[in-house]
Amino acid sequence: MKLQKNTSLALYSVLEFAADPTRHFPATEIAAKYGVSAHHLAKVLAALARAGILESVRGVGGGYRLVCNLRRLTLIDVIQIFEDPGLPDGERGDSGESTPVGRALGVVLSEIDQMTKATLASITLATMLRLMARQQKAGQDRVSRRRPRHASGRNP
Amino acid sequence: MREAVPPTPARPRQEKPPPRRSPVRQAPEVVAVRPARRGDLDRVIAIDAAVTGLPKRSYWLSIYRRYSGAGRVGRYFLVADSGGEVRGFIIGDVRDWEFGSPPCGWVFAIDVEPRFRVAGIGTRLLTAICANFRRAGVFKVRTILAHDNTLILSFFRSQGMMAAPFIPLEMDLEV
Repeated sequence: MKLQKNTSLALYSVLEFAADPTRHFPATEIAAKYGVSAHHLAKVLAALARAGILESVRGVGGGYRLVCNLRRLTLIDVIQIFEDPGLPDGERGDSGESTPVGRALGVVLSEIDQMTKATLASITLATMLRLMARQQKAGQDRVSRRRPRHASGRNP
Repeated sequence: MREAVPPTPARPRQEKPPPRRSPVRQAPEVVAVRPARRGDLDRVIAIDAAVTGLPKRSYWLSIYRRYSGAGRVGRYFLVADSGGEVRGFIIGDVRDWEFGSPPCGWVFAIDVEPRFRVAGIGTRLLTAICANFRRAGVFKVRTILAHDNTLILSFFRSQGMMAAPFIPLEMDLEV
């Protein structure tokens, strides 16, 4: 599954806010981190605010902050603001879909869509934060295993 | 000898996920996780019936006979007990070389009384059965769920479970 650019940006942004829900920060900070224009990101954040996931903070040091429940908001809730992660049966839009081959293919593609939706609907922001922490720890463990032994100073 | 039956899905039911904002819940109590006793069965049946809308007394009696009591090696039927009241339960077993997999633990039922959810009871139950699996010498735990059972899927995901390298398949048999 490949997400559209705005959808990916929305997920990155929401997870940045989720990592520190008490903090509010401007679009420019996230835009710089992910290498996109602040203008482009502002549109994505405005859509998230309209959906009730973020809230804009006015004044000096303003920006956005997260106002949703980390243990309830799932990846599919964010994705569906920007795109449909799977089309209903018979809506693929290709000319062969009403043929026996097209219908059989539709059954298989529908299976994949169901699994995709089930996965995205079961992963909350809180679960993603834990997954990110595990990935970070696994990365650190890999680095420490690669470090030469003499670096610890215990080798003769 | 262990029966070679495939694991049944963990709570195969349709249930709407709770709203995004957490509702007011019963205050968490002191909860102990312990092996199920015969006297717990009525509460287990009541919790299951309240959640699924389908009382299954004979099924639960059969499960109790197979999974409780001494000598049930690798089989675990645990309950969360708070002040003598059962608030939830979990059932699972160790299965050897089924589906081509080295021995691993399977959780095939878990439930918590709805008004006591979001208080860590499910986590306590899963932690306890995983400790039993480790003591039995297995270091992998699996479960299987209906893909529209978002509530329980989310719970297992929150505990760190990821997609397994298996695909469940089924077909209708002609009558």
